[in-house]
Amino acid sequence: MSDIDDIEGRRRNNLIQACELIAFRMGSQEFCVDIMSVREIRGWTKATVLPKSPGFVRGVVNLRGTVLPIVDLAARLGFPAAEPTARHVIIVAQIGEQTVGLLVDAVSDILTITGDLVQPTPDVASDMAKTFVRGVLAVDQRMISLIALDQVLPVCEQDAA
Amino acid sequence: MDAMAAIKQTFFQECEEQLGELEIGLLLIQDGDSDPETVNAVFRAVHSIKGGAGAFNLDELVHFAHVFESALDHLRAGRLVASGDVLKIMLRAADMLADVVRAARDGGSTDVTRRDALAAELRALDPDAASDDFVGGDKESSADDSDSFEPVQICFNDFEDGSQNESPPSGNLFNIRFSPKPDLYAKANETALLLRELSHLGAMEVTCDVSRLPMLDELDPEGSYLSWTIALRTDRDEAAIREVFEFVEWDCELDVALGGVAAAREDAALDDLIEKMQASVEAELAAPRAPPGATQSAAAGAPGSPVQASSNSAAVKADSGKSSPATIRVDLDRVDRLINLVGELVINQAMLTQQMLEAGLARGSGVANGLDELEQLTREIQDSVMAIRAQPVKSVFQRMPRLVREVAAMTGKSVRLTTEGENTEVDKTVIERLADPLTHMIRNAIDHGLESPERRAAEGKPEEGLVHLSALHRSGRIVIEIADDGAGIDRSRVKSLAASKGLIAADAPLSDEEIDNLIFLPGFSTASTVSDISGRGVGMDVVRRSIQALGGRISIRSKPRQGSTFTMSLPLTLAVLDGMVVTVAGETLVVPLTAIIETLQPKSAAVHGFGGDTRVIVIRDQFVPLIDVGQELDFRSGIADPCKSVVLLVESEGHIHSALLVDAILGQRQVVIKSLEANYQHVHGIAAATILGDGRVALILDVDAVVTGARAAPPAFEQFCAAEG
Amino acid sequence: MSKTVLTVDDSRTMRDMLMLALSNAGYRVVQAEDGVHGLEVLESARPDVIITDINMPRMDGFGFIAGVRGDGRHRAVPILVLTTESDATKKDKARRAGATGWIVKPFDPVKLVEAIRRVAA
Repeated sequence: MSDIDDIEGRRRNNLIQACELIAFRMGSQEFCVDIMSVREIRGWTKATVLPKSPGFVRGVVNLRGTVLPIVDLAARLGFPAAEPTARHVIIVAQIGEQTVGLLVDAVSDILTITGDLVQPTPDVASDMAKTFVRGVLAVDQRMISLIALDQVLPVCEQDAA
Repeated sequence: MDAMAAIKQTFFQECEEQLGELEIGLLLIQDGDSDPETVNAVFRAVHSIKGGAGAFNLDELVHFAHVFESALDHLRAGRLVASGDVLKIMLRAADMLADVVRAARDGGSTDVTRRDALAAELRALDPDAASDDFVGGDKESSADDSDSFEPVQICFNDFEDGSQNESPPSGNLFNIRFSPKPDLYAKANETALLLRELSHLGAMEVTCDVSRLPMLDELDPEGSYLSWTIALRTDRDEAAIREVFEFVEWDCELDVALGGVAAAREDAALDDLIEKMQASVEAELAAPRAPPGATQSAAAGAPGSPVQASSNSAAVKADSGKSSPATIRVDLDRVDRLINLVGELVINQAMLTQQMLEAGLARGSGVANGLDELEQLTREIQDSVMAIRAQPVKSVFQRMPRLVREVAAMTGKSVRLTTEGENTEVDKTVIERLADPLTHMIRNAIDHGLESPERRAAEGKPEEGLVHLSALHRSGRIVIEIADDGAGIDRSRVKSLAASKGLIAADAPLSDEEIDNLIFLPGFSTASTVSDISGRGVGMDVVRRSIQALGGRISIRSKPRQGSTFTMSLPLTLAVLDGMVVTVAGETLVVPLTAIIETLQPKSAAVHGFGGDTRVIVIRDQFVPLIDVGQELDFRSGIADPCKSVVLLVESEGHIHSALLVDAILGQRQVVIKSLEANYQHVHGIAAATILGDGRVALILDVDAVVTGARAAPPAFEQFCAAEG
Repeated sequence: MSKTVLTVDDSRTMRDMLMLALSNAGYRVVQAEDGVHGLEVLESARPDVIITDINMPRMDGFGFIAGVRGDGRHRAVPILVLTTESDATKKDKARRAGATGWIVKPFDPVKLVEAIRRVAA
């Protein structure tokens, strides 16, 4: 147990190098990501569907001449996917070498925090928690889960043929 | 990067060019070219490399280049005959030189044994070899060689200015008599400067003898009447003195005597002397400025004239094989950026047109006409800009002769490579990715296609096998063929091997062409031993995939005992595409125009079922498989009604025809290709994406993948799996 | 006013090195890539001294020197020949073709500049 705590602790600390996070809402829950990964925030535009893609990949849109894939973050995290409307928001994020659009309900805050404010992830049996969540924040009695983005894109399968 | 490092980079770039020229020239000579300029060019290439290498202290390179250069010097001077054997040595030396250059550039090491052996072979070509006592090894050099290896050679004294004059005169006294001839001035030498030089050697007294100076009206302005006596006290030796005059040695009378008649001057006459000296130097400076130097006839009269004649004729002669349109060097980044910007321009122009149309602008109105012109102009700009980045395939083809030599040597086969169409141009983005597949196919052709010399002789073929590499433009694409005159595809072996690997049913009725194309299937290799040079069983499937990744196609034709021909067809650029815009299940797609043979509106009578959900359509008495694109791409689950759809007859890999079913055709357009992989990943059935006039992303169909996918598993089967899974 | 040097050499590397050494020493440098080109720019460049290679395509150093010496306006310009060959017969050939001086590659930039200062007063 203490080992896991240690690892978690280190991961948490590693993530809180930056002190600014963007908080956003999906469904009834709140999440946040390191602001350093975020390039811009855009409104929703209808995406061009990609054939045979996982359900959480909504398609691609044109971002000033670049083809940007849109990932329904709620669906990716295991929540029921919602039909996006004009009120939805796309967070354009940099994940490694790629730029990806994350579909969320709305952006709420920019939080400035220090490492000690991040608490370890509650020990719940959830795939989502294990894969994506790096910790939780308590802000104004809201629980905001800190998300790491590196797993968001689907794993590339090599062409079998 | 500091300046010298930048120049070093330039040097290595130049080396690559020179190495290319070297190989081309040697091959020409091997083919019988007897033009002296070809040999000269070859010599200059190695000479140039040696010169630059010396400046950067790349000793190994300097040494090997020097040995090579010497041999080439014998060749160009006619002392060595350009026989087949000699050329073979030269070509191998050229390969070795390339290795040494690259080792110098990348900090690697060379095969010293091979290098020394080649150096010895080159030295052995020296017609005077018998008289030289070489010990072998590259560090040893003869007396002749050592001259050129001295790092600094300036034929002027390298003294610090002035300091000598301050110290008390020491050393020996030399008596120097110097009488310049008219020719000295013809070379723009000046006595004053020489005397100044001399003064740096020590303490000097100069007397000018003006006794031969005639009266003004008899004075020949180009004559020389002055001579000087110089008493020089220096601790340098006679050689150092003569060195000052080294260059004018033949154009003057020079006596240097040690000690002796240093004119004993009385102090009283010293000032007098200095005055005279000054005056003579001034006269000297003034005189030759008028018509300076000899006339043309004087220079021509000297034994140097044959040199001039031959140089002039060399100048008149055009340099064959070198086209000389004016060129400039441009940073590749700038070109890439320009191309991207023009791509954006095209998209914006299309969007503007779209919006104008939606705004209800009448055709024929001023704005609509203006937009048409704008589209015309944009298209022209795009064509011009793409042409900037277009390069001849020569740069890739040029690497092949060496590859052929190496593979032939390794497999013990005798091979001749011929090329055609090296000047065919294609975008730089395509060229860069051509090298690997081309290399693989040539290796394959030699390793597997061509028979051993013995077997060829037994078959009545010439022992030397032929590999022909060609490139040409066809239907807006570039077609590259690699043909060999080897054994051809062993069809029974291929078929049984494919069956044994479960790739086909053992009794499947396959046409010859279909059998030949089996070699492209993954996991297929007929090599019973994994041949090291064909790269550990890297098969043709990898080659095909890299060609396909370029948007190209590859196929094979073969005749047993006669040989095989691989044909690659590639788009001219990876940046733009001519496409047909269609709708499929409500989605807009772009189909590459080059794949489309024709479009038609099917009649229900022409469509027939064929087992399960497979359908075929009759087109001009031929049965063509019907592929429902919407279903293939999972855009819809049901199948489309052909009579409410449009059929695109397409040709894919291996000249296979298929009928693609789409909802409607929206039009034809040239689109800018945007990568899907950049921010996402490869999607089966989709080659890339583009942005249409309405600003939305449209996917570009990968025709080959769709056709292959449709044939592999019938849609019904996939649906079944999906339902179950 | 700084002096002008015309450098004639078909090797880009060599031209770059000469440019570096000469411009550091305060000379204005004009470049040509072979003898023909060198003669073309002679008039506009009006060099105070010329440095030329021997082995070049189209027109070699000898042809170039002869061309310069044969041109009335530029006969007096000092010409230094830059080459890796220190062979005596080649030196003689260059001299008889009208070369003023001779520098063997690889050159020391300091020596190069000194050589120029000695022929171009």
